Amino acid sequence: MIEVKQVNKTFLLGDQPVHALNNIELKIEAGEYLSIMGPSGSGKSTLLNMLGLLDVPDNGEYWLQGNDSELTTSSLVDTVPMDEEDRARFRRDHIGFVFQSYHLIPRLTAAENIELPLVLAGIPPHERQKRLAPIIKRLGLEERAGHLPNQLSGGQRQRVAIGRAIIMRPKLLLADEPTGNLDSHSGAEVVELLEELNADGITLIVVTHDADLGARAKRKIRMVDGEIVLDQLTVNSQTVNEAG
Amino acid sequence: MRWQDQLQFNLRVLSRQRFRTLMQLIAMSIGVFAVVLLTGLGEGGRQFVMAEFSVLGKDILIVMPGRKETSGGMPPLTGGTRDITLQDAESLARLRNVEGVAALVVGKAEVSYGGRNRDSLVVGANADFFPIRHLQIQQGQALPDMPLDQARPICVIGPELKRELFSAQPALGQWLKITGSRCQVIGILADSGTGLGFDMNSALIMPVASSMQLFNTQGLYRIMVDVRSVSSMGKLANQIEQVMQQRHEGQLDITVITPASVLSAFDDILAVITLAIAGIGGISLFVAGILIMNMTLISVSQRTAEIGLLKALGASSREVRLLFVSEALMLCLAGAVLGIVCAELLLWLISLQFKDLLFIAPWWASALALLVALGCGLVFSWLPARRAASLPPVEALR
Repeated sequence: MIEVKQVNKTFLLGDQPVHALNNIELKIEAGEYLSIMGPSGSGKSTLLNMLGLLDVPDNGEYWLQGNDSELTTSSLVDTVPMDEEDRARFRRDHIGFVFQSYHLIPRLTAAENIELPLVLAGIPPHERQKRLAPIIKRLGLEERAGHLPNQLSGGQRQRVAIGRAIIMRPKLLLADEPTGNLDSHSGAEVVELLEELNADGITLIVVTHDADLGARAKRKIRMVDGEIVLDQLTVNSQTVNEAG
Repeated sequence: MRWQDQLQFNLRVLSRQRFRTLMQLIAMSIGVFAVVLLTGLGEGGRQFVMAEFSVLGKDILIVMPGRKETSGGMPPLTGGTRDITLQDAESLARLRNVEGVAALVVGKAEVSYGGRNRDSLVVGANADFFPIRHLQIQQGQALPDMPLDQARPICVIGPELKRELFSAQPALGQWLKITGSRCQVIGILADSGTGLGFDMNSALIMPVASSMQLFNTQGLYRIMVDVRSVSSMGKLANQIEQVMQQRHEGQLDITVITPASVLSAFDDILAVITLAIAGIGGISLFVAGILIMNMTLISVSQRTAEIGLLKALGASSREVRLLFVSEALMLCLAGAVLGIVCAELLLWLISLQFKDLLFIAPWWASALALLVALGCGLVFSWLPARRAASLPPVEALR
């Protein structure tokens, strides 16, 4: 569902150009569970942002599966030449984000935060309620649905954020250090939830510093200085090296 | 995003930042308040003055002694001004197209009845004066039609004067003392308000010849000429000047004014004044707009992360822009409505206090203030909103 070809991205840090993405080649199938690891500044967050259409590469191609209403499985679209409005719509309909610092809107309750993408998409209230109820139940947030984010624990906040990421039923879920601000217990809960979603068929890509979390993914990518130095696929506990 | 959801979203933002919302609301409402109140006062003043003038009616010419030149030259050294006499008035009454002529003498005199006395306006007039000034009789009769030069000890008094001298007792047929002479009350005027500075409610009207004796004068204060048709007004004004010039040995020493011309001149001046003070109010609206821009800019920088999030969740630049603009517009609308309501309320209270003056803000002032307020909101929130919308999502989220 994802094909990245020859993608480059350069930042100017002061007057020093930094090659955040260096000739990235990546192919990801639907339903994969991928972790991206690497030292700070290796370009893993840039890669995730690029995959999430939050950032645009300087050159190269990024093909992403678009409208699932089209029956053909090869309905890939090159997203690089898209304009910002199209990218926004694509993000809304196909991609879910989970951030390290949750990014909940403080004046909205847990339920309203989860509902927000539906509101932005202009879906009428009764339809929103129909979609909201099962997700709140699945997240185990029935008791806390009416609470504001600052009345929730870190783990609960991240679950709200995950709820918000999946309410539009995206095919792709991107998580940037999802357990970075959590203690080990709530972190484990959040990871379990993400893996459950992956088991249901969503494509999950996690960027993390945490080696244990990274090791759980079936496919592990390691980045150094903007290049993919390792791409390991675990199939039935057999490790296959694809790069590096 | 559906508009209902947008409305609710904005309301959440506004109620969350209560202090900021309150400040913007106050600023905007003060601006609108100023515009509506000032135009209301201006319009009220204008209409008051116009009403005062229109008491005279549109088809009246006024003849005054003396030449009022607008060229600003020196007054004539010889001759001076000649009095306008009763004979002058009679000859004007004989002109064609003249419906009636009121010969007026005006003065102040002490009027007394029993133990009470009042310093009162005394108007020497004739029967034609009543229809010309639209004076209604409440009791008794008006001055009878009689020769101008005939003096009789009779008078018609205003309702205020009647109350002051007689309280609730009947006044008709009673004799009043006026600085030495006496006159009998034959009629009482209906309440008629003030006109051109003469408060007829507390005036005493007597035959013009009697008043000339009282004030020991030969000259008339004014002649009011009732013109049969408005179209012949200009021609008649010339005729009057000619007749008076002939009668005054070739010297044109009177002035003829038409209330219509005075009226329209005043109307123009007062309308400009009203607009000018409305403009002063408009400045405060503009200041309120600047404040809204500052506050929206602050709001945008405070909510950078939220903007980034909204974009990550799929809000387009257009939607983000719309959020900020609509938020500002909601504030402006609420502020403007608040300002209009407050201004109308105050104008209403003022009108209660001063019965004669009717202060009503013209509808166009309220509509304009509302439009300008919304325009300010739109223009001044556009820049910050565009800035918010153009933030790249990655940078906003960082």
